[in-house]
Amino acid sequence: MPSRRILVTGLSTYWGARLAQALEGFEQVETIIGVDATEPRRELERTEFVKVSNQHSLIQRIVRAAEIDTVIDTRLIVNSLGAAPREAHENNVIGTMNILAACTGSDSPVRKFVFKSSTNYYGSEQDDPAFFTEPMRRPHPPRSRIERDVVEADNAVADFADKRPEVTVTVLRCANVLGPDVDTNFTRMFSLPVVPTVLGFDPRLQFVHEDDIVHALEHAALNSIPGVYNVAADGVLALSEAIGLLGKRALPALPPFGTAALLAPLRRLGFRIPDEMLNLLRFGRGVDNRLYKATGFDYGYTSRETVIRLGEHLRLEPVRRGHEEGYHYEREVEEFLRWSPHVRRGRAGDDGVAADREPLGI
Amino acid sequence: MPPERTSLSHVSEPVSDEAAQAPADHLPERRPAERMRDLLPAIEPERRLDDWGRSERVEGAMDRTLIEFFYRYWFRAEVEGIENVPAEGGALLVSNHSGALPPDAAMIAKAIREEQPAGRPLYITVEHFFKGYPGFSMLIPKIGGVAAHPANVHRLLYDERQLVLVFPEGRKGTEKLYKDRYRLRRFGRGGFVEAAIRAEAKLVPVCVVGAEEAAPIFAHVGFMQRLTGLLYFPITPTFPWLGPLGMLGYLPAKFKLRFLEPIDTVELGGPAAAEDKALVQTVAQEIRARIQENLHQIVARRKSVWFG
Repeated sequence: MPSRRILVTGLSTYWGARLAQALEGFEQVETIIGVDATEPRRELERTEFVKVSNQHSLIQRIVRAAEIDTVIDTRLIVNSLGAAPREAHENNVIGTMNILAACTGSDSPVRKFVFKSSTNYYGSEQDDPAFFTEPMRRPHPPRSRIERDVVEADNAVADFADKRPEVTVTVLRCANVLGPDVDTNFTRMFSLPVVPTVLGFDPRLQFVHEDDIVHALEHAALNSIPGVYNVAADGVLALSEAIGLLGKRALPALPPFGTAALLAPLRRLGFRIPDEMLNLLRFGRGVDNRLYKATGFDYGYTSRETVIRLGEHLRLEPVRRGHEEGYHYEREVEEFLRWSPHVRRGRAGDDGVAADREPLGI
Repeated sequence: MPPERTSLSHVSEPVSDEAAQAPADHLPERRPAERMRDLLPAIEPERRLDDWGRSERVEGAMDRTLIEFFYRYWFRAEVEGIENVPAEGGALLVSNHSGALPPDAAMIAKAIREEQPAGRPLYITVEHFFKGYPGFSMLIPKIGGVAAHPANVHRLLYDERQLVLVFPEGRKGTEKLYKDRYRLRRFGRGGFVEAAIRAEAKLVPVCVVGAEEAAPIFAHVGFMQRLTGLLYFPITPTFPWLGPLGMLGYLPAKFKLRFLEPIDTVELGGPAAAEDKALVQTVAQEIRARIQENLHQIVARRKSVWFG
């Protein structure tokens, strides 16, 4: 079932905005509505923004009023650097619960639910397999708050899928994302002048390019692919290999034992390594990405190419810094452009959307 | 567009071009399970490591120096039955295990590389323990070690069709004292047989003679083991007297390696047979008996521990 009327949650997050921009390029998508508690930070052409917090009753009303057939949930916070723990928990666990609640009800028009999850679901432990496949569960209970949130949210969606067989539920567990625009633990770590590593460890890590994540979400929106899928680029790199590709130096400054104890005082000085990275920097994580490829999805970049692209961006960044204008959401302007009878939308709008913007991806 | 990729020499089955350029019209259809193998990512030619973390460079450097020295001059390894190592397809090699820091795995890998015409690389299953040890954790994957997880063994055997080495005795083998030499311990719970049957891989029993005398353990010191957090704290001719390097202080015993005739697990009744506990135990017992019998034979014919 192709999606025609789509609701994107977390429109003001990086992923929500990127996805909405991408979906605007598809003619078969009639309506894109984005909800979030804050205003969008990227320019959107025909996406409707509704400012609403994670209140399920309000979202439910929007879903019913607009006859939404597909909900794409991109809100999940998977990097603890980006948000305070309580805020992240509120967003990840309570927020997911509310969005799911808004899609339930026997007369709900929702027929498809796409959830962006994270490979943090699997954790990173000494006795892990080298490649996690989708049916595997994590062998140990979560160690950090973010991991606990991800597991809880992922399980809530699995539960929803069990109870609502008429809804196509797609869960995408995304590996560590790198790219010029996205802000993740790893992009921050790799932009340091020297990259801190744990002495005596060289973990295997798998990355995925930001554009591939957008395409993966888009692929799930445009096709009917129920199930859980890992989204990670081809190739698992050793951390040393990735640092070499970036043209940086590794600084094995973190002690192999008692790392957490050492980091506590450093945190006060402003040097912070997120909890969910501690084990990742020792044991790493690889996932099997074949299942999603088998649905017809093709990655644009391998892990290695992703890292090389990031390296190029990091070298160019000091040259470009400050030369790009930011986007500010102005409610009146956006409403004028969308609704005013004086704006000529017939040709300039609709055709422009379909022709100028090359649809991202497939 | 991603650049065209070819596979490194040790990826035995490169992704076929057909699969890579599959037409996009049957998109939402699931491809059959067999085709999952075609979706395995190939290794980009620019890379020096494979997806398991194995490094040709580190492995090659070790192979040309330390391992070459031990294999050719120190242990003067003698190999029998190399034709029993399959030239292609997944196979699980099953060997006896011994020695304080066991030299047997490296010697088996070297023997295949040297004697077999195909010179196939061997993946060696090691305990998860190593992943937690700084230094070891970096080195072990680089030279072909993978954690002994059933999922890892299955992927290597079934999907990548590689050679994998297991020591079913595990720690029980390396912990045993010199007085118990060449007496096989219990073969785990037969998990290795299950893995091979599931992956439709051949089982190749291997006997190694010499490792017991090269790195004999005379005693274990329990409280030192607890103090250091090591797997065990053995007393050997050189350890702990020469410090940590004493672990590498092997005596120059003559090594004899014998690869026995493979067992074709496909003939046992396909992947479903892995659920048959009785069959699994029978096969495990049979392999153990064959290795034990051959060990006895080699030891009985050996005139000298040092000269063979």
